[in-house]
Amino acid sequence: MNHHLILRVITKILIPPILLFALYVQFHGDYGPGGGFQAGVIFAAAFVLYALIFGLDAANDVAPPHIVRGFTAVGWLLYIGVGVWSLFLGAPFLDYSVLAHDPIHGQHYGILLVEGGVGITVASTMITIFNYFAEHGRLPKEGDDD
Amino acid sequence: MASPEIILAAAEAGHIVTAAAGTHVGTHGATHHEAPGLLDIIRNNLPALQVLVPLTLAPLITLLNNRNLSWLLAMVGTSVSLLIAVVLTTQVLDGSVISYALGNWAPPLGIELRVDAANALVLLIVAAIGTCAAIYARPSVDKELGMTEQPLFYTAFLLCFSGLLGVTITGDAFNLFVFLEISSLSTYALVAMGAKQDRRALNAAYNYLILGTVGATFYVIGLGLAYMMTGTLNMADLAQRLPDLMGSGTLWVAFGFITIGLATKLAMFPLHFWLPNAYTYAPSVVTGFLAATATKVAVYALIRFIFTVFGADFAVEAQLFGKVLLPLGLIGIIAGSLVAIWQVNAKRILAFSSVAQIGYMLVGLGLMSLTGLTATMLHMFNHALMKGALFFALGAVMWKLGGVTLDKMRGAGKLMPWTMAAFVGGGLSLVGVPTTVGFISKWYLLNAAFEREWYWLIAILLITSLMAAVYMWRVFEVAYLRPAPEGVQKGEAPLLLLIPTWALVLANFWFGLNATTTVNLAETAARGLLGLTGGAN
Repeated sequence: MNHHLILRVITKILIPPILLFALYVQFHGDYGPGGGFQAGVIFAAAFVLYALIFGLDAANDVAPPHIVRGFTAVGWLLYIGVGVWSLFLGAPFLDYSVLAHDPIHGQHYGILLVEGGVGITVASTMITIFNYFAEHGRLPKEGDDD
Repeated sequence: MASPEIILAAAEAGHIVTAAAGTHVGTHGATHHEAPGLLDIIRNNLPALQVLVPLTLAPLITLLNNRNLSWLLAMVGTSVSLLIAVVLTTQVLDGSVISYALGNWAPPLGIELRVDAANALVLLIVAAIGTCAAIYARPSVDKELGMTEQPLFYTAFLLCFSGLLGVTITGDAFNLFVFLEISSLSTYALVAMGAKQDRRALNAAYNYLILGTVGATFYVIGLGLAYMMTGTLNMADLAQRLPDLMGSGTLWVAFGFITIGLATKLAMFPLHFWLPNAYTYAPSVVTGFLAATATKVAVYALIRFIFTVFGADFAVEAQLFGKVLLPLGLIGIIAGSLVAIWQVNAKRILAFSSVAQIGYMLVGLGLMSLTGLTATMLHMFNHALMKGALFFALGAVMWKLGGVTLDKMRGAGKLMPWTMAAFVGGGLSLVGVPTTVGFISKWYLLNAAFEREWYWLIAILLITSLMAAVYMWRVFEVAYLRPAPEGVQKGEAPLLLLIPTWALVLANFWFGLNATTTVNLAETAARGLLGLTGGAN
């Protein structure tokens, strides 16, 4: 895609707003439409766009696949970690009220962390799925028998 | 509208255990001053931990990405779950109910985990078979999968395991869908991992994916309709509101969608087409685990919806028992057994036999009596034991001989006497020989048929048992009476394969000789489902 100057420039301009918008959807999820899942997908879309325009190798340099794969587990653990933390504070699983000095703040932090976990896992899963398909597509010579 | 009293009662029920432990957990964070001890935390949160432990270990396995540690963590996850399942079972054996409010949101608004005798029985099955499968996985997976995929295999395995436990333990109909998808999606991945041995696994997994997704979608459509009518997703709350809506067309459609969706998941004839290939081409350990647990959990979910949520009256009105479950169950038994007789792959023989065995469970439901329902609950437990033992024994044969077609199994009885002895033990149980669990469940089924004086059903049950003897005999014959092919050394499968296999075989005989515990549990479960008070005597 080296000769597609317009695409390359536009992509470079677009990616930061996409990431920023993802973060907006993520953190505005408490008050309006949005939340971890949608934010994760938007966040991953930025990486997919980068990979489409600049190639899979460049994208893999930015986000090494094995690290991305690890993050699928990190988000998941963050979610469960919040729940287990509330267990240790003597409340039922995922009871955010005990996470802070008063229930209102507790609920706020709790949902923020949990949605953060969802966002991380969704974004990294999306990128991983894209990587698998893209990886599969670029090896036409090595016994592509199906 | 649920009255505040109901919510309060449910909230109190949720903290029966809490109150006994004497801590302040039931109330909100403001009243909680000192951190409670670890033991109290565990005791107060057993229903949550049941699902949580494997669900926490699964991402850890991905993160650590180490072959040995993954196996160890899978072992820890499954055996801790088994321990919790045993404790929970002892707590509900007298017919009581444990309710747990996730996130301290009182049901019916919040998600409720609810344990009674019926799902304690299923929790026990899943946890026990899961533990055996985790032990068994090590050598089997080494042989059948690549080294690098192993952590991912164990992650998918634990996910599937916790998904099945979640479906069983939840008291919230939508939560059930979520867990159903967690277990199903990981199952598709697990089945597809058989591609290392045989590329047809991919096709099998894809078929399963399509049919499984259709089933889950049907379930969620039905649930959506029920939600539209009632405005609630909590099973107990649904059960209270649905009777007032009897006769509503929307509700009939909802009932139809939910029944067909779950029937696809449990492989009721003629919705079983995904099952034979999925079982045949999945890795051995996956086949054993799924055959013994996944369909049972779906049968449980169907029973829960028929009896607890919609109520037996509604199902009778819908003519579900007489016109759907009984005839399709019978056709499943006969067709499954017939097809099994003509198979040349031992795994496929057992897979079609599973279709037939699920038929027995449906016939037990179709009999519409306490004995019939008890027989179904019993057969869920017993069939898990026998199919687990049989598929694990076949996995050991696979380990040594590289295949389980009848041709490859020639002389297996002489080559690996212990493995094949386990297979024969499981086979006897499947046929229903006295002293095995297979006999116990058939006995209860026959009793239920006697009560109704359906002598034709008794004849069918006896004839199909003989058919089971025929298809099992075909395996026994090649294994014991044919000479082994030249050049194959005599030798046993590794101990890690034999121990769980034999544990299940011995359980077949143990619970066949001392059936009191399981029969009591099954009867308490059946009574609870039918709304009859008091435990079994």
